[in-house]
Amino acid sequence: MTDPIAYDAQPRRPAWGVRAPLRKSLATRRPILVAQPPPLVCISLAQCPGAAARATVVPGQRVLCGEPIGEPGGNGRPRVHASISGQVTHVEPRVVAGLSDPVPSIVISGDGTDERWPGYAPDPGAESRTSEDLQVGLATAGLLGLGGALFPTAHKVHTATGAPVLLLNGAECESYISCDDLLLRERAASIVAGGRLLLAALRGQRCIIAVKTDMPEARVALYNALRACGDPRLVMSVVTAKYPAGGERQLIELVLGREVPAGGHPADVGVLCQNVATAAAAADFFLRGQPLISRLVTVSGGGVARPCNIEARIGTPVSDLIALAGGYQRDPRRLIMGGPMMGVALPGDDLPITGATNCLIVATDADLGPAAGEMPCIRCGDCIEACPASLLPQELLVAARAGNAAELATLGVTECIECGACDYVCPSHIPLTRYFIRGKAALLST
Amino acid sequence: MRFATNLPPQWHARVSVGGMMRTVLYALVPALLAHVWFYGAGILLNSAIALLAGLATEAVCLRLGGKVTAPYLLDGSALVTALLLAFCLPPLCPWWVTVIGMVFAIGVAKHAYGGLGYNIFNPAMAGYVLVLVSFPEAMALWPAPDIGDLDYVRPDLAAILQYCLLGSLPDGLTIDAVARATTLDSAKEGLGLMQTMDEIRTSPGFGDFGGAGWEWINNCIAIGGFVLLLRGVIRWHTPAAVLGGLLTMATLGWLLDPDTHPSPGFHLFSGGAMLGAFFIATDPVSSPTTARGRLIYGAGIGILTYVIRTFGSYADGVAFAVLLMNVTVPLLERWTRPRVYGRVR
Repeated sequence: MTDPIAYDAQPRRPAWGVRAPLRKSLATRRPILVAQPPPLVCISLAQCPGAAARATVVPGQRVLCGEPIGEPGGNGRPRVHASISGQVTHVEPRVVAGLSDPVPSIVISGDGTDERWPGYAPDPGAESRTSEDLQVGLATAGLLGLGGALFPTAHKVHTATGAPVLLLNGAECESYISCDDLLLRERAASIVAGGRLLLAALRGQRCIIAVKTDMPEARVALYNALRACGDPRLVMSVVTAKYPAGGERQLIELVLGREVPAGGHPADVGVLCQNVATAAAAADFFLRGQPLISRLVTVSGGGVARPCNIEARIGTPVSDLIALAGGYQRDPRRLIMGGPMMGVALPGDDLPITGATNCLIVATDADLGPAAGEMPCIRCGDCIEACPASLLPQELLVAARAGNAAELATLGVTECIECGACDYVCPSHIPLTRYFIRGKAALLST
Repeated sequence: MRFATNLPPQWHARVSVGGMMRTVLYALVPALLAHVWFYGAGILLNSAIALLAGLATEAVCLRLGGKVTAPYLLDGSALVTALLLAFCLPPLCPWWVTVIGMVFAIGVAKHAYGGLGYNIFNPAMAGYVLVLVSFPEAMALWPAPDIGDLDYVRPDLAAILQYCLLGSLPDGLTIDAVARATTLDSAKEGLGLMQTMDEIRTSPGFGDFGGAGWEWINNCIAIGGFVLLLRGVIRWHTPAAVLGGLLTMATLGWLLDPDTHPSPGFHLFSGGAMLGAFFIATDPVSSPTTARGRLIYGAGIGILTYVIRTFGSYADGVAFAVLLMNVTVPLLERWTRPRVYGRVR
């Protein structure tokens, strides 16, 4: 008899991808550390792509934790909430982690009371509300894709309404990052509850929660939560621990065997993909009345003393989180936001985190490996084997260097997901992804 | 605290061109030892001469091309080319033959086409074929392998050195006394004289499959090839296709008439079959990058090797087959482009 909870027993084996050292156990040895409200936060009003939210508070005003401070410019876009209680000190453009240019932001000086705004009432019966009502709720909650893309959840659900499959992505494939793993281990029930709410908002038929072969504790926790929930529409699927198995299109291919058409969306193949943390945040809003004011951040790498996962208020300065993880040690070389494949190197630790900050790696030389000079391409073809989009990186490189836009388009540079797998395996250490990002930008601008 | 910024990816696998070349060198060590065991130190002498000539040519070409020299001189590719050429040359070989072959391999086949990564032809094979067609008599001087029971005179190190540098053997030694035809030559000559394979195989020098001694070198080359496969330096497609193509053709011929066609085992373990399959055809620069392209490319080399050995005027055909298939690589790459994810072909 097949297990009603397991979507498929056999993990799918991707033909593409790379196996990099995972180094997740650095931070998974410790339980989630719930950080106290920091003395100061800086909350970006432009976390998701598109127009920034409009500030609804002025300097000097007192705000409560969870109080709306930014109203979105359009339908389906997320509201912004104060993540601590205290006094607004500045409303001005600031630089936040992951962006190089200043964006409209609100700085709040905390009063330490963490007094909650009473405006959102928990609704245990939220699941029976209409799909439209729930979608409005998702925007009100300030939800955005917590996997790192920060796409407005309400908008994404709205455009996919009616898609039969909700795919919850718990297959975080980047090395070091373990915030989804810890969330699954400790708060699987929230994810399952959020999955049911998103399913209702989507008017979908089934919800598949994808995890990886290398997270046994999370699989057990999710299994138990699904069993306790007893909803037959929710199942679990296990995918191979290979990078980039957690990419949206790659995960759809691995779990469902479907290919999203070029230039299309997952909804074109009847799928809505959401991060497990986004689902848990939806449950927090509807069932507990708490909007998006915090997220889990993995703080790891050889350069911090006690790597761990921290539940941090959005807008907390990076340096506060490093201090919570025991502070710097050894010789930190690079501060990476995100994973070592797609993450960006931050210029300093004074920047505030956003909803996209899933991981902070304080990397030493031992983490990064030896630097090497660039050599000519020797056409070994390792990049082709690594590419999840079946591209030919070595031919794209020739076209990119020649500035041949037509050839770049023919070879499919627009399908490059910028995962960096080709770079990682290249024996000649050619920065392929940088060429492709530029090539894509040039194509899209013409 | 301030940090240096950097565009992603932030890290890199512990792989490098130099590392790949080093693995290839290590994988050749067993075959090199077997070569020394059966044929004496000739191959070491030839390798050293080829390496010096190769590095000198490389340095000159890099200077002429205005490139930085150090990383390219130290990447190990010249040493790999030198060793592969030395495996093709007879252990008794005049120094200038080796130098001409190597200067052509590095100077023309590699650098005239743009240097590392840009050469169309496999440099070692281009160099070997140049000296093979230019100095056929020098290429035929294979001493008898030291397999104990032959009455050939075995040249010692001093004799090898003297022949290499001065082109003459010590008093009392003649070319005819130390050198003999390879088994591929014997088979070709014998079949031309209407002898059957059974008759040909009675002559000394034949082993279980190929030439006595030489077949053990081929075994060691195959072991080295498996090391490359396990270490991920090469993929299985090319060697499997080369050996598969050769094996298929040889089996067909042998089933047709075993008297006039050498056995499949003879083909696999003679001449450059193993070296070609694992170390020459797998040269990344001059072979296709796609899996299907590699299968077609390898099969072409295997089939052409058989055709040249059987119908051509040269006893072995691996080097010619590789160079011929090198020409087809751009075409194969276009034919075998994979379908881009999400696109309809």
